[in-house]
Amino acid sequence: MLTALLIMAAIALVLGAALGFASIRFKVVGDPLVEKIDAILPQTQCGQCGYPGCKPYAQAIANGEADINQCPPGGEEGIRKLADLLGREFKPLSEEFGVEKPKAVARIDEQTCIGCTLCIQACPVDAIVGAAKQMHTVVEPLCTGCELCVAPCPVDCITMEPVAETVETWKWKYPVIEIRKRA
Amino acid sequence: MIQSPYIRKPASVQRVMFTVLLALTPGIAAYVWQVGAGILVNLAIASATAVAAEALVRRLRGRPIAPAIGDLSALVTAWLVVLCFPPIVPWWVTVVAVTLAIAAVKHLYGGLGQNPFNPAMVAYCAMIVAFPSLMSQWPPAGGLDFATQLDLILGGARNLDAITGATALDALRTGLRGAESVDAILRQPPFGTLGGRGWEWIAAGYLAGGLLLLALRVITWHMPVAFLATLAATAGAFWLANPAQFASPLFHLASGGAMLAAFFIVTDPVSGATTPLGKIIFAAGIGLIAYLIRAFGAFPEGIAFAVLLMNLCVPLIDMKTQPRVFGHRRGKSP
Amino acid sequence: MTKRLHRFKGGVDLDYHKAESAGVPIRSAPLPPRLIVPLRQNARSVAHGIVTAGEHVLKGQRIGEAEGVLGTAVHAPTSGTVIEVTEHPMAHPSGLDTHCVVIEPDGDERWVALEPLDHRSIDRQSALNRLREAGVVGLGGAAFPSHVKLGSGTGVDTVVINGAECEPWITCDDRLMRERADQILAGAAILSDLIGAKRVLVGIEDNKPEAIAAMRAAAAAQAAPIEIVAIPTVYPAGGEKQLIRVLTGIEIPHGRLGTDFGVQCFNVGTAAAVHRAFALGEPLVSRIVTLAGNVERPGNYEVLIGTPVASLLELAEPRADTDRYILGGPMMGFALPDLSVPVIKGTNCVLSASPTLFPRSKPPLPCIRCGECARACPAELQPFELYWFAHSRNFGKAQEYHLFDCIECGCCSYVCPSHIPLVDYYRYAKSEIWARERETRAADGARERFEFRNFRQEREKAEKAAKLAAKAAETKAKLAQTETAPAPAPTEAAPQSEDDAKRALIAAALERAKQQKAAAKPKNTEDLSAATLAEIAEIEARRKALGLSEGDAGDVRPALPTLPGPTTAATPPAPPGGDPEPLAREDRP
Repeated sequence: MLTALLIMAAIALVLGAALGFASIRFKVVGDPLVEKIDAILPQTQCGQCGYPGCKPYAQAIANGEADINQCPPGGEEGIRKLADLLGREFKPLSEEFGVEKPKAVARIDEQTCIGCTLCIQACPVDAIVGAAKQMHTVVEPLCTGCELCVAPCPVDCITMEPVAETVETWKWKYPVIEIRKRA
Repeated sequence: MIQSPYIRKPASVQRVMFTVLLALTPGIAAYVWQVGAGILVNLAIASATAVAAEALVRRLRGRPIAPAIGDLSALVTAWLVVLCFPPIVPWWVTVVAVTLAIAAVKHLYGGLGQNPFNPAMVAYCAMIVAFPSLMSQWPPAGGLDFATQLDLILGGARNLDAITGATALDALRTGLRGAESVDAILRQPPFGTLGGRGWEWIAAGYLAGGLLLLALRVITWHMPVAFLATLAATAGAFWLANPAQFASPLFHLASGGAMLAAFFIVTDPVSGATTPLGKIIFAAGIGLIAYLIRAFGAFPEGIAFAVLLMNLCVPLIDMKTQPRVFGHRRGKSP
Repeated sequence: MTKRLHRFKGGVDLDYHKAESAGVPIRSAPLPPRLIVPLRQNARSVAHGIVTAGEHVLKGQRIGEAEGVLGTAVHAPTSGTVIEVTEHPMAHPSGLDTHCVVIEPDGDERWVALEPLDHRSIDRQSALNRLREAGVVGLGGAAFPSHVKLGSGTGVDTVVINGAECEPWITCDDRLMRERADQILAGAAILSDLIGAKRVLVGIEDNKPEAIAAMRAAAAAQAAPIEIVAIPTVYPAGGEKQLIRVLTGIEIPHGRLGTDFGVQCFNVGTAAAVHRAFALGEPLVSRIVTLAGNVERPGNYEVLIGTPVASLLELAEPRADTDRYILGGPMMGFALPDLSVPVIKGTNCVLSASPTLFPRSKPPLPCIRCGECARACPAELQPFELYWFAHSRNFGKAQEYHLFDCIECGCCSYVCPSHIPLVDYYRYAKSEIWARERETRAADGARERFEFRNFRQEREKAEKAAKLAAKAAETKAKLAQTETAPAPAPTEAAPQSEDDAKRALIAAALERAKQQKAAAKPKNTEDLSAATLAEIAEIEARRKALGLSEGDAGDVRPALPTLPGPTTAATPPAPPGGDPEPLAREDRP
């Protein structure tokens, strides 16, 4: 009886020491989960999820504070990837945070722009160039389409324009096969 | 919209399957000549069952029926089931086996091209486990006339130990249990020059059909060669070590389903390995396991179990034997 | 002549249909009423247009300047007037628009002054530059710039000239070799010189005996070490990598250039174009195009770049049951979405397709893993595995199985007994992977800029705070010095006076802004019609009635952070490039 107890205690000790050692030896610096979630998020930095950027949202998901279906620009595919990563059930995008839209970029009507710099300050990814009282313009390839610049513009000269397909961005379509003709 | 290429080889699944059926006919002809026409009745029953099962399951799955019947793959399965079974097995065994092969083994996994196991072999294994005595009553070559065979197939009285017997493999096994030597056993009536009397001719028929498939490039040499070579090599090793206890490699090649399996069962592309090296490993594995079951296992014939066991390994074999890609150095795959 | 040939695995035997169009000599296509010259000649680069509508151009005059590493110049294919520079569909499976220069020929075909040049008289870099300025690109189909392919000029000992032409129906290279063997060999010699090669191998499929004979005759007259090699006819022996393998035994993996392995490959048409660029000084403005398939008069034509396919087709007279037109060959070409697209430098063939000639493929059956495709694949891939991964959108796995080594030759689809459009799946998977990579790159850039912006704002805030603290301390010290005794509570007065000073500053700024606003006149108030003036007056009246005056209009806007209200003055005011975050977030509903 006593031997058994001693053996059990010894095993517990050894395992505990091993676990403790492992937790120190293999300690992961930083939070890879947040990085992994952040890598899936589209980096629009639009704040539609209710957090001030993609990283904070990633942090919130990792902490269990936010759900995975709050990112409209990431869309269904983004939610699927998050669900895969976190081993959760897929759920449709929550309407509360917005709807999935085709990718668009901001365009400043240069005739109307008064050079107030408000949009420059609002742009989370520094995609608008210009100076006070100088015309501003959007650097199109850098624009994430977050729409944060639209509201602050005092003269409403910013519009969101869908990105047109070019030869560079054109994609072959999934082959459509008429095999599932229902009998 | 389908893009290039705009021209296609006039090949089709139907043509492939038809060639396989055609290649089975020499074997079947030898079967009818040596054993009797009862096998034709079984083939007819099995074919009808296969078509019916295929149509029924596809209807239940809400898929179009016509192209699936037209591709003839169900018939290939049905014929292989019958050719593995004793020719006088009652009709309902055939029906159950074929239905199992088509409905469960093939369609439960998604239909043509999706099944991880060889349907005919699953059916064979299920039947030999479920009806061991029915599945081991083989008529001796030329021992039963067509009327008797038909009567047995249609469910006639089955107290026939006097006229039905065991296969060569079975007899060998029973004899060895009785502590007789191989030489003595092989002089008994069910044995011919190489394997079972008469069955040698059937094996030759399958061999001829198999060579036809090779010539038409429906199958590659890898699987038949690897299978037969491994079977012969393993048998040969044991035979050389102890000729009194183990039969010769020629006997093993000519007996049981070895030839049928080599060209028609092991080569099933759907459930088999696909890379050149993988095919060799896969078929060699079947040859080895089949011999071990024949020599040491609980069943006289082990090919079916060997096939299923190797089917299990196919994903691993394929993954580990991916061939070198053009321009890449061997063994340097990412 | 007794060269040991190598073999590539896979490949298929096809029905070649070459005789139909190979028998007739090359004819010149007549001038079309309009030439549409795309400034984009391949998928990777666009030339910079340097002509405007109304300008008169001469044949061979530069109309587009080479831009970027992979850019080449674009020239007017004939003399005439530029009608417009506009968007026009291009010869691409997408049928998308691209920038094109539309030229109306004047019929004179007047060349610009041409300057022939001996490549040996100039240094290598200038010679490459001449090719770039002459717009010489690969005429085999991909239109890759030749000067880029010539690389650094070291380490290459073999130049392979591709005369294999393995696609069925196409005979433009065949005819070119029969009729202009001299030009090809002269061009090959130049290419060999420029790349520093020791030998030239010309690979021609043995189903073109006349071309082989013509090239051999021409080679015998040449001093340079040029060998004409007849290679077995197996599709796709004309694939660059396959041809190099057959002739030299060298295998070039995906993503690597031939120059890394000491061999480089050029099409016969490219060699001829190189010759013309030096010996005649002619830029690349025309090419030979095969018209074949379901037509009454198949043949080869010398066609100006920019000729619309529709006007070219008239020459061949497509039969009535033609239902599609295919650009390129039947194995790798694509159906034209629009017949108004122009011929470009990579256009080798226009095929008329009919349901009898190219039957619509039967509905696909499931893959039975028969392995036919793997046996046919010249890249030694496992096409059915790739199909499986592409089909289920498992792109990572597809890449692991070397999806990008696929050359899209179409052999697998050709042999598939289940009629699965395998190559379509690979094209789909490849473009999806590319799109994802683009997206990832964009997202990474956005993340980096976002993080840097946050860092910058933090830094600015910290700097501002430090500056303010320093200033406050200074004021405090000053006050303590000047008003030593009478001040009752100098510690409290300091911030007070600071606030006042700031307020005065803000007031002055506001005043200035107002004055400037009053001085600034809207630009669109001159030369207005009477009706508009009346309308403006009316609107102004309405505005007055509502209590809005001209100068107040600006105040309706949200307050600028540079003009903080008095309430925020106690806290450190936002810097000019201030933190817009709270503002942005408040603005969100």
